Amino acid sequence: MIIWTRKNSDIPSSEITPESVYINRRKFLGASAGIGAAAFLSRDAAASPLAPRQEEEPNTWEEITSHNNFYEFGLDKKDPSRNAHTLVTKPWTVKVDGLCNKPGDYALEDFIKPSTIEDRVYRFRCVEAWSMVIPWRGFPLADVINRAEPDPGAKYVAFDTLWDPDQMPERRWKPRIGWPYREGLRMDEAMHPLSLMVNGLYGKELPNQNGAPLRLIVPWKYGFKSIKSIVRMTFTADEPPTTWATQSPREYGFYSNVNPNVSHPRWSQSTEKRIDGSKLFGSRRIDTLFLNGYADEVAHLYEGMDLKKYF
Amino acid sequence: MVKRPAANPRRRMLLLKTAIWLIGLGPIVWLTVGFFRGTLGVLPVDTIILVEGRWTLVFLLATLAVTPVRRITGWNRIIQIRRLLGLFAFFHVCVHFLAYAGIDQLFAIGYIIEDVLDRRYITAGFAALVLMVPLAVTSTKGWIRRLGKRWRKLHRLAYLSASLGVLHFYWKVRADTFWPLVAALTLAALFAVRLAYRKRTPKKIVRK
Repeated sequence: MIIWTRKNSDIPSSEITPESVYINRRKFLGASAGIGAAAFLSRDAAASPLAPRQEEEPNTWEEITSHNNFYEFGLDKKDPSRNAHTLVTKPWTVKVDGLCNKPGDYALEDFIKPSTIEDRVYRFRCVEAWSMVIPWRGFPLADVINRAEPDPGAKYVAFDTLWDPDQMPERRWKPRIGWPYREGLRMDEAMHPLSLMVNGLYGKELPNQNGAPLRLIVPWKYGFKSIKSIVRMTFTADEPPTTWATQSPREYGFYSNVNPNVSHPRWSQSTEKRIDGSKLFGSRRIDTLFLNGYADEVAHLYEGMDLKKYF
Repeated sequence: MVKRPAANPRRRMLLLKTAIWLIGLGPIVWLTVGFFRGTLGVLPVDTIILVEGRWTLVFLLATLAVTPVRRITGWNRIIQIRRLLGLFAFFHVCVHFLAYAGIDQLFAIGYIIEDVLDRRYITAGFAALVLMVPLAVTSTKGWIRRLGKRWRKLHRLAYLSASLGVLHFYWKVRADTFWPLVAALTLAALFAVRLAYRKRTPKKIVRK
């Protein structure tokens, strides 16, 4: 389920939506939460040690922009917010290549312009078992795929993150992971309306640490599939090698769908820490939902597949 | 290093112990201040677990470094700080574990048992912690006297515990194995020194 969508056809992407819009939404949710308060309390008293799944308010700007995995800028969660200011996002070019009729180097503006920008609130579940709710701004990935006119033989689409050691301080890693960071989707996953190209957050320009100026968001997959700072989109016939699946194939698969029933070899995926600034230790533990709660929309993509094998 | 005549060895030992106390409690002070100032990041519990885990290993390795340093330098009095270092390692591992079990897992025993049994890095870490309990308990003068020769044998478990702790660290990291390897090499070096000196000392008569 898309938690919240607001069509934004009339407003150019450059115009800033006041944050009050979001604050009003929070108030609205706060009021509606009162209605279910009784049910809420009784659930709270149940045997489960976990906090009940509350209505899902977006996390704060501060939380979303200071807790990031963007290893090119350091391995600590705070490193990207400290270091990513060196990333130069203007000008920005996206290379489209592989099995398609319209390959080429596109200026970011031209890449985005034909699309209708909209705001969407999605859950974001990291493979490390923490999660947030994030109001992204972007447009369907299907838009840019359609414009590239992929060949019928194109079964997958792969993406590269920028790799520029002059802008990115984390060099110790280079020999191990093999930059650039690479991710990919099967074509039907990529064409799904939930798959989003993102260039904004809270109606504002996307901050560097969150993957400016253009990133992918695939809300039913673990966060690392949602590749940041994209410079290349390639159509391929075969499943493309992706960074984490290559680095540690036992632990990370190509699909990496959020699945509480398939543990990471080193930790359980059945629950997650939802980041929540109102809690003493900054989070509450909740159950993880199959396909991150988007099963109604995307489960059919995996019909007949053994998701324990294709994790 | 030039060996200065120890003007007052007692005073030097006092200074050293004070320094260990300050370093030992430092991380707790830093975490407490950071917690209330909100500088431990978006998930403070993760920071607490990480920092306490690192300091556990620092103190474990420091504890195991005492004998090698003593052998190499001939500074016999250094043995007086070993218990303090070991107890600080135990202290930090307790905070580390309680932050994980209490704050992170909310004392959900089922999940914790599952973790300990199924996740090899937690199995190793938990075993390291369990092994440290008898060492901490028997660190008093009374126990040393009561156990006699067996005390030294028992406390060789510290090496096993530290090895498991380093393994726990190595298995835990997602990709950057630099610091786990530094810890492993340090441990190996300390063990090597110990073995080298052991060879040199003539074997005592083994009593059955």
